Amino acid sequence: MSSENVRFTDFKSDKQPTWCPGCGDFGTMNGMMKALAETGNSPDDTFVVAGIGCSGKIGTYMRSYALHGVHGRALPVGTGVKLANPNLEVMVAGGDGDGYSIGVGHFIHAVRRNVDITYVVMDNRIYGLTKGQASPTSRPDFETSTTPEGPKQPPVNPLALAMSAGGSFIAQSFSSDAMRHTEIVKEAIEHDGFSLVNCFSPCVTFNDVDTYDYFRDSLVDLSEEDDYDPTNYDQAKDAILDADKEYMGVIYQNEDSVPYHEAHGVTENMAEIPDGAPDGATDLVREFY
Amino acid sequence: MHDDLNWAIGGEAGDGIASTGKIFAQALSRAGRHVFTSKDFASRIRGGYTAYKVRTSVDRVQSVVDRLDVLIALTERTVDENLAELHEDSVIIFDGDRTEFSDFESPDDTVGLDVPLKALAEDAGGAIMRNIVALGAVCAVTEFPIENLDESLEKRFGAKGESIVENNKEAARLGYEYVEDEYADVDNPYSLETTDSDYVLLNGDEAIGMGAIAAGCRFYAGYPITPATDVMEYLTGRIEEFGGHVVQAEDELAAINLALGAARAGARAMTATSGPGIDLMAETFGLVATSETPLVITNVMRSGPSTGMPTKQEQGDLNMMLKGGHGEIPRFVLAPTSVAECFHKTVEAFNLAEKYQIPVYLTADLSLAVTERTYEPDEFDMDAVEIDRGKLVDEDDIATWQNEKDQFKPHAVTADGVSPRAIPGTEGGVHMSTGLEHDELGRRTEDTDVRVEQVDKRYRKVESAKEQEDFDYREFGDADADNLVISWGSNEGTIVEALGYLDDVDVRVLSVPYIFPRPDLTEDIQDASDVVVIEANATGQFADVVEHDVLERVKRINKYDGVDFKADELADDIKETLEA
Repeated sequence: MSSENVRFTDFKSDKQPTWCPGCGDFGTMNGMMKALAETGNSPDDTFVVAGIGCSGKIGTYMRSYALHGVHGRALPVGTGVKLANPNLEVMVAGGDGDGYSIGVGHFIHAVRRNVDITYVVMDNRIYGLTKGQASPTSRPDFETSTTPEGPKQPPVNPLALAMSAGGSFIAQSFSSDAMRHTEIVKEAIEHDGFSLVNCFSPCVTFNDVDTYDYFRDSLVDLSEEDDYDPTNYDQAKDAILDADKEYMGVIYQNEDSVPYHEAHGVTENMAEIPDGAPDGATDLVREFY
Repeated sequence: MHDDLNWAIGGEAGDGIASTGKIFAQALSRAGRHVFTSKDFASRIRGGYTAYKVRTSVDRVQSVVDRLDVLIALTERTVDENLAELHEDSVIIFDGDRTEFSDFESPDDTVGLDVPLKALAEDAGGAIMRNIVALGAVCAVTEFPIENLDESLEKRFGAKGESIVENNKEAARLGYEYVEDEYADVDNPYSLETTDSDYVLLNGDEAIGMGAIAAGCRFYAGYPITPATDVMEYLTGRIEEFGGHVVQAEDELAAINLALGAARAGARAMTATSGPGIDLMAETFGLVATSETPLVITNVMRSGPSTGMPTKQEQGDLNMMLKGGHGEIPRFVLAPTSVAECFHKTVEAFNLAEKYQIPVYLTADLSLAVTERTYEPDEFDMDAVEIDRGKLVDEDDIATWQNEKDQFKPHAVTADGVSPRAIPGTEGGVHMSTGLEHDELGRRTEDTDVRVEQVDKRYRKVESAKEQEDFDYREFGDADADNLVISWGSNEGTIVEALGYLDDVDVRVLSVPYIFPRPDLTEDIQDASDVVVIEANATGQFADVVEHDVLERVKRINKYDGVDFKADELADDIKETLEA
């Protein structure tokens, strides 16, 4: 399939999503598919890695090469795919539990490595698949079955984590704002390096606090702020640490970002190997004389 | 006098024991002598006792023995630790300025040579070279031509510049001359003969790394852990020359997932770790297996459980590799029996992994992995390496494996259990894979028929491999003997040497490198009068497996004190166990 003719529906599988009606994940996924198509990718050259949780089902509903992995480890898988074949477009999707709780260690290191992959976190501030427990991004007073009085601990700020780990592309989007979400994911795909898109994807079943209305009313779109420059580190830092407001858009982008595969000279498709030992292998034996 | 020489250098961790030992081993190898090394070391960076031992002979040596002929003792404790192995002809080289020989409680007649190692090193350019001074002294004691040491020093220090090399050569000479001048009247019986043979000297971890490159492995991810780190260090700086890359992961969970990702992208990928890392990888291992991803997982075993004895020998992870993880899923387990076999089995592991789309555990143990042995270079024949990538499909034959909706079937149910494999980028091969039970398309299912069909298909790969592959054992000793000794992994060399001590007992030895699938030993066991399974663990994990296969009890020799089997001791154990 030549990429010029690709439409976003080509990235859609024939499986109907089993997400709850109204789930934010629908919009998040649609934007990802549109962004992939509009940036000239084809399903044959795209690899989607999904974690565990409601978000993890995305590999089934999208059409591309994909792996639905174990809980919290989607980023290392995506990193391995990209380094083995830098020609592939690699997109990793997961939820706030997958990325910021069980997988948070990998998150920090994936940001540091700056591998050229796009990480879309479907952040609903709740564990949905296990029916409503607190997530690492839940509010301190958010009452759930396992936190009857709320977690009583500050939520993880994934954007700040990314920034402190040297993140080169840090963005936030909202699944319901289809146009802006798609634009932001497109910019993430086009960025040379690791791109974080924390996408608010409301859970209509288990979270009655972080709702569509809440995000619609409270999110400030930085693309509409005339004096905001996402390449300005200090401005980005202030926005990310702002305790009073939540922002949408590309919050920080390092234009000098050098992706891992360029920094390390990893450019070939490693799937290709000779029929026997590679040329020069005998030199390895000689080393042991 | 013995034909072989047993030499050691011991001191505190951080004294440069291992690198000094390696320099001497290299010199012996260059001089056409066979070498078998062993390490006795603490995992602390500094502070613990550590020793590097070399057994060398003109003939092949495959085991450590209970005898120490020449010892460089940098600390008093070194002598204490080796007291039982010293004998009346032993020579101890020490620095009287650091260690009082009078404190040594060594056997009578043991010769102590006080050599001012540090002072002579300073004369040559720096105290740091005191171990090299000691090596020079060893050359004098053993009548070993010091020129062989020069070559080894060039190899070790060449990258640091000519003056460093020359200083080290000078240090060695000062040690040599000091012994020649000061101890001319001391008589000792050692004389190391040199030959024209060319040997290579390498350890199991290096052989695994070299085997991986030979097999076309281009992606390695790992997290440092003793005693597997050498694999990563070997590959780093070398695999890049062959278009590959090494990632030092943030933990073992990441390591196996990185390797899994690379394998899904079509690369031959590997991770290596030891017991604690294998435990951490267990969950993803299940995903690798059920998504039918070819992957080689090297487990360099050390003493467990938990942190155990990280720098000690053990073969305790067999059950974990054979059965570890929740649910049921086939996997292959290969256990090379020698350093050379580490190379060959690594190549084979990659072929088996791709041919059967299955994770392969390649397991060495500490004594195989981190100790150097000499081999004829042609034992590592790169021209003989064959690559079998299994059922890879390309654009031309993809249609055969698509359903009526042109969807590719990565888990197609086939007669041999092996499905077609489309690498990302292959047009028409788009598919997903998952740790959920899945249908032929790789999509989640809880359909009872499909579940059974997929489980059976995965296990059918084992049957196919048994039919198609030659999962045989290596045989030693007397083929007609009634006594049967069975071993797996690294004990082979020691057992072969032990045969030399078993003059009056006939023994047939089967050394098994294939743990699963494994050779059928039923006839061998039924034909034998007595069967002994030898392994370095407490419970006899392989013996259990063998008993289960054959439905017959076997005798066991188990060693789990963290120390390698020794040929002479083992011969006694075999005799006693057979008679019991």
